[in-house]
Amino acid sequence: MKKTTLGLALLAGTILGGTAWAQDVTLTIESWRNDDITIWQDTLIPAFESANPGIKLVFAPTAPADYNAVLNSKLDAGSAGDLITCRPFDASLELFNKGQLADLTSLSSMANFSDVAKSAWQTDDGAATFCVPMASVIHGFLYNADAFAELGLTPPATEEEFFAVLDKIKQDGTYVPMAMGTQDQWEAATMGYQNIGPNYWKGEEGRKALIAGTQKLTDEPWVAPFVQLAKWKDYLGDGFEAQTYPDSQNLFTLGRAAIYPTGSWEIGVFNPQVSFKMGAFPPPVPKAGDECYISDHTDIALGMNAKTAHPEETRKFLEWVGSAEFATLYANALPGFFSLNSTAVEMQDPLAKEFVSWREKCQPTIRSTYQILSRGTPNLENETWNASANVIRGTETPEDAARRLQEGLASWYEPQKAK
Amino acid sequence: MARQRPIRWHIAVFLAPAVLVYSAIMILPLFSTLNLSLFTRTADGTAFVGLDNFRTLFGDPRWSAAFWNALGNNLWFFAVHMLVQNPIGILLAALLSSPRLRFSAFYRTAIFIPTILSFVVVGFIWKLILSPLWGIAPGMLDMVGLKGLFAPWLGKEEYALTTLALISVWQFVGIPMMLIYAALLSIPDDIIEAAEMDGITGWSQFWRIKLPLILPAIGIISILTFVGNFNAFDLIYVSQGALAGPNFATDILGTFLYRTFFGFQLQLGDPHMGATIATAMFGIILVGVCIYLFGIQTRLRRYQF
Repeated sequence: MKKTTLGLALLAGTILGGTAWAQDVTLTIESWRNDDITIWQDTLIPAFESANPGIKLVFAPTAPADYNAVLNSKLDAGSAGDLITCRPFDASLELFNKGQLADLTSLSSMANFSDVAKSAWQTDDGAATFCVPMASVIHGFLYNADAFAELGLTPPATEEEFFAVLDKIKQDGTYVPMAMGTQDQWEAATMGYQNIGPNYWKGEEGRKALIAGTQKLTDEPWVAPFVQLAKWKDYLGDGFEAQTYPDSQNLFTLGRAAIYPTGSWEIGVFNPQVSFKMGAFPPPVPKAGDECYISDHTDIALGMNAKTAHPEETRKFLEWVGSAEFATLYANALPGFFSLNSTAVEMQDPLAKEFVSWREKCQPTIRSTYQILSRGTPNLENETWNASANVIRGTETPEDAARRLQEGLASWYEPQKAK
Repeated sequence: MARQRPIRWHIAVFLAPAVLVYSAIMILPLFSTLNLSLFTRTADGTAFVGLDNFRTLFGDPRWSAAFWNALGNNLWFFAVHMLVQNPIGILLAALLSSPRLRFSAFYRTAIFIPTILSFVVVGFIWKLILSPLWGIAPGMLDMVGLKGLFAPWLGKEEYALTTLALISVWQFVGIPMMLIYAALLSIPDDIIEAAEMDGITGWSQFWRIKLPLILPAIGIISILTFVGNFNAFDLIYVSQGALAGPNFATDILGTFLYRTFFGFQLQLGDPHMGATIATAMFGIILVGVCIYLFGIQTRLRRYQF
């Protein structure tokens, strides 16, 4: 026992290039967020270590695209770290079902999270929670506030205003009205369909009805977002068919496009890059006075390796991750990744504040395809990428796209089968 | 008593390293892939299902549509290479072997260099060149007054695959060029001189004397192109992603296999269906190579000098 501790400490010592006391317990965090390594090392880990002497932490991230594969093989081989950063829904659920993630339902800090926040890391019946929710990302639209002022525009609140604004920008001709491309496909689905959709299918109500089988993807609320996307085509830049995600980002940050459909995770990336003032508005509602819905997608959580040698210390750390202190530190270090903690978090970044303020007036929901509905083949999420891109490019009508998605889903998902 | 021939151990000893290594890293994985395709994942481990996965691949309307789409795209990818890459390769080789050409070493090197570049570099460079936003293609077309011809080729269903095939041709045209060039150089001078004595010169000399002599090399190039194209994956993956957009217009067997085997985004990988596709690819390549070996190779006339 002493020997492994020493070994771990030595290992940690080499990694950190510093010294570690032999009697300390060292916990390793597996993560795909290699962008966050400085935040963990400079802010989060020191905050915890100073309050909890005797526990040391090592943040050991893997490249995002390799994370799932690397983590799975490490867990199988028994060499994974003590703390596991959890992907939402099925990827983590599978690890829990295989007994590789520990059940954390009894953690007292779990009380700090709402049911929606926990839903991404629970069994289908909600009986067991296996990761502590860390952050979500909110969808919306960023806009170039300087360009809006120049053209005398105000952020649109309804569908009609939205297209009126786009028309004006197009008429003026100085700016590309909207920065989006269909080359990478996921933008069309994530920043298009999942961004504006909740206003039509009424957030959780529609999402749950789809899972229960009482609504179909061919129903009006699910076709309506596609009808909207089909209208976007005229406002995108020349050659948007071959425009990639980085192209769209650059188009907006260089000040060449006026509106950028996106998510809050861009705030931290864009802030140092732009030379103009940025603003944000939530997805426009169909008619003035309609209830608004936003996609507040649970994205990242932290769980415990079921085979960890230090379950007590790991649980102690996870209690801290579920605390308001961690939420404040994390949300401010990473503007755009919003804490899922029920206690309100004071944030500094004005744009992040704007995004999070929508939680008060709009109903939050998560991306419709993530829970349960993407378990089979054909995979609903991947099909939605393709369908959304097709609809924007105008090669498939909204009705055809919806019919194809429904047929695909009904081919394997029991509650949606022929009724 | 006749002297018994000693057992020639040295043969086995000399063969052993190659046989062992080849079996371990080529034959065994091949058979384990074939084996993998006969199983499926169940709630508790795996179960033997015979040829059920193949029935799904060819019988299920969704799977078979994806498979035939990928195969059709792959055939077109191959056709573009055969119709563009190899004739250009032969032409370049013929030009290079002309004794009157100056700087032939420079041209040879310049044309061959893209071949040694990584797919990632090639895919990225061409994506930038053809980008409607920052690319130089729209500007260059504009300079010659042909701006109207520009389209976001990689994003259009009707052009994307052909564009990628031509990019791949650009990258690999050096290989047929080099092989043909070597074959042309190996034609003895006395044959050429004899042809000249008989009054066969210029193009007629190429068609009647040189081409028949390099046919075996062209055959080898065709089979290399065939195998290379049906195993292709990298260029499409790098420039269009694993979903091989737009709308699967550039999906070839390699990307289809990758998506199925390793999964993509929310879709978890299915090694068994993946192995099924890999087996189908193996079969296609095997049949193609056999047709070549028995149908063409044996009929090619060879000349001894």
